[in-house]
Amino acid sequence: MENLIFVLVMLALGFGFGRLAEKRHYRSIHQREDSLRHLLVLPDKTPPAQFLNHDSVLVSGSVVISVDYFKTFVASLRNLLGGRVSSYESLLDRARREAILRMQEEADAYGADAVFNLKFETSRIGQNGQQGLGSVEVLAYGTAFIPAAAAVTEASAPQL
Amino acid sequence: MLISNMEIVPGKRIVKHLGLVQGSTVRAKHAGRDIMASFKNVFGGELKGYTELLSESRDEAIARMTQQAQTLGANAVINVRFSTSSIAAGASEIFVYGTAVIVEDR
Repeated sequence: MENLIFVLVMLALGFGFGRLAEKRHYRSIHQREDSLRHLLVLPDKTPPAQFLNHDSVLVSGSVVISVDYFKTFVASLRNLLGGRVSSYESLLDRARREAILRMQEEADAYGADAVFNLKFETSRIGQNGQQGLGSVEVLAYGTAFIPAAAAVTEASAPQL
Repeated sequence: MLISNMEIVPGKRIVKHLGLVQGSTVRAKHAGRDIMASFKNVFGGELKGYTELLSESRDEAIARMTQQAQTLGANAVINVRFSTSSIAAGASEIFVYGTAVIVEDR
């Protein structure tokens, strides 16, 4: 009985705080995505010709996001039935977008106008060998293109 | 030292390939952070301590790779890739590798 109460309390805490954290996180993601819209991020291997005079530098952004108790519980139920585990989907979506945003912020600080060759790296950070997903780390990295001082005028309005 | 994850360097010409260079580091978090992280596993949200730790270890791995490239006499490392793996509970390995090259202005 006590165990059941404990689990229910944990579920309620996970649901409440997890939902709140997710909502808040999505709000900040949408806001920052809007403000960084001018910075192109592309997975293309080679940049178009107008970027050939730019300086380039490696930029990266990473984030570790933890699951909450409710998500773990829902996912373990899903494991019985099979199908989409939407509670983890939103977690990974948040992590990826956050990682891109951090990478963009770094590129923006360099004064870059585009990031090419975007790559992702996702890894799981386990909790004491525990089953299931502990937390996920997502790393996004790419090459930022910084307009060279001389080339600023012609590259100030990049068109693809 | 120019570090890029592209195969080419814009505006520059690759004069010489010097081969693969790599750097890696294994880091563990201290127990306090692990306890905080297990709390976070109930509430959800970002684990700032881990994010910090991983980006520090990434910088460390890049620094080691750069050092190796310098001893080879390279002035750039291109085609850089990252790889992360968790080897034991609470410890993770960050591995970074790339091609050391000598570039010159075109």
